[in-house]
Amino acid sequence: MILVIAEHRDGKLNRATLETIAAAQAASAQASGPVKAAVLGSGVDTVAAEVAAADLAEVIAVDDAALKDYTADGFVLALQALIDAEKPDRVFLPHTYQTRDFAPALAARLNRPLITDCVAVKDGAYVRPMFQGKLQADVAVEGAHLATFQIGAYRADAMKAGGAPAAVRKAAIAIDASRIRQRPEQPFKEAKQAVDLSQAERIVSVGRGIKAQEHLQLAQQLAQAMGAEIAASRPICDAGWLPMDRQIGSSGQTVAPRLYVALGISGAIQHLVGMKGARTIVAVNKDPEAPIFEIADYGIAGDLFEVVPAMIAELNK
Amino acid sequence: MTREWQLRVNDQKTWIRDQDAGFELNEPDAYALEEALRLKEKHGGEVVACCAGPARATQVIREALARGADRAIHVEADALATADASVIADALAAAIKDEAVDLVLTGLQSDDQGFGQVGVILAEKLGMPHATIIMEVQQGDGGLLRVKRELEGGWFQWVALPMPALLTIQSGINQLRYATLKGIMAAKKKEIRKVTPPAAAPAQRITSLYFPEKGKKTQMLAGSPAEAAKELVKRLREEARAL
Ligand SMILES: Cc1cc2nc3c(=O)[nH]c(=O)nc-3n(C[C@H](O)[C@H](O)[C@H](O)COP(=O)(O)OP(=O)(O)OC[C@H]3O[C@@H](n4cnc5c(N)ncnc54)[C@H](O)[C@@H]3O)c2cc1C
Repeated sequence: MILVIAEHRDGKLNRATLETIAAAQAASAQASGPVKAAVLGSGVDTVAAEVAAADLAEVIAVDDAALKDYTADGFVLALQALIDAEKPDRVFLPHTYQTRDFAPALAARLNRPLITDCVAVKDGAYVRPMFQGKLQADVAVEGAHLATFQIGAYRADAMKAGGAPAAVRKAAIAIDASRIRQRPEQPFKEAKQAVDLSQAERIVSVGRGIKAQEHLQLAQQLAQAMGAEIAASRPICDAGWLPMDRQIGSSGQTVAPRLYVALGISGAIQHLVGMKGARTIVAVNKDPEAPIFEIADYGIAGDLFEVVPAMIAELNK
Repeated sequence: MTREWQLRVNDQKTWIRDQDAGFELNEPDAYALEEALRLKEKHGGEVVACCAGPARATQVIREALARGADRAIHVEADALATADASVIADALAAAIKDEAVDLVLTGLQSDDQGFGQVGVILAEKLGMPHATIIMEVQQGDGGLLRVKRELEGGWFQWVALPMPALLTIQSGINQLRYATLKGIMAAKKKEIRKVTPPAAAPAQRITSLYFPEKGKKTQMLAGSPAEAAKELVKRLREEARAL
């Protein structure tokens, strides 16, 4: 049996859950066996009912006041008890920030291996990126295990819906709240962003390939010639070369411009999730194997310090 | 592994050809070390750099000492270069458990394997509470530690937890310092304690390592920079209508 752990916040289901159910359905078709889902929290009836629309053998709700606000300890305690009781041989989770926080501890407590960031299941082996997405590995694992699935690896609309809603069952699990060591405060957003890149028509985005802060003006000149906003990958903002609100990616802004030009950006998944909705993607990178070329519409394998001036000259003709 | 090295896969297609690679400190780990040094500057105490890896990791340990760590522990074994997250966490736990640690900081994931697991498993093995993807560390009320976690899409959250605790550090939490010549000289005299890891049974095995298949849709524009730029601008105007 495959057990999928659903994720939600304030009663809103995270779509990544549907992708993970799609992954589980595909994996169970290869190996056969039922797929179930678990929903954890306090007052989860609505979310559980939403999950039950999928083609699942059953939805298990773990409803406990101690799970109202997410904590790593709370989730590990609840899921350890649930997995001990239900004995799934595989547990699938979306590779979200929340999962990153508790799944490794859960795996350790269960003494089961965890394979993170999977993009596919093939004949029981898991495919996952390594070396910042430049290489891919097939990973074999023995016995019962857990696996997390990268966002976008499976499509939510590939998830099979059930003919009728799946049965929802409340698990009889009591959580000892005194064993929860983390005290979370309410999530918040930093001071309002000065630039809203989600509305930009065109974006010129720079990555570490730009090498030094003073070279940013080259990208700025290109942006000007294109009528584009300037943005960046995380390392550029980490270094303080551009403000944080220019960062594109899972921890930055999500954009969908008409044109996205990636200069010296390798194409790590955390960056791609922020920009792959762009209609036309151009990548300039001196490494012809850079993962960014897997999603670009137009690619130039070359040195940006030669290519970008040529682009500016061409645009200004 | 250094960023600039052109990756190559070994003949068995199970790992990179690491004999011709150069190695450096993982970026998230560099931020974790920096945060440890800053906490020491503020609150006092000692910073111990601990690394599980083959003999060549000594170079990275020296770098940590040169930046300001007081001493180091090297859990040394060749197999650790390619080990899974649980095996690495086991090795680190064995080396740390008898140290009187208040705080363990790790990078949130490595640049090579990218498991994103070692820190959290290590917390579990040490019996410590943990918090991940940390962007700020403060002293909280009642002896608690108060840390700022990064959530997706620009959200954050403060979490308080008792010490000893383990935090996985996100890049950008601070600005990195580099080793000074004085630091490099001082590092030569600092202690590196060698530890042998416990025997481990890996539970995961890479059966094949390869370059991902290219999407068919990318049109690569060849020629000199000027030619490629000309062709690109033409296509963006006429084909994609993006300009
Ligand atoms: C939890 C988490 C959240 C994250 N959130 C984000 C996020 O929101 N946004 C984000 O961007 N990243 C994020 N990251 C980091 C991400 O994993 C990558 O580390 C980052 O995107 C890499 O940035 P980069 O492509 O600019 O740098 P690198 O990966 O170092 O790539 C630089 C590229 O430049 C190329 N290059 C070098 N010199 C030249 C030249 N002269 N001409 C042309 N090309 C050149 C190189 O070939 C290389 O491909 C996150 C990571 C984690 C773990």
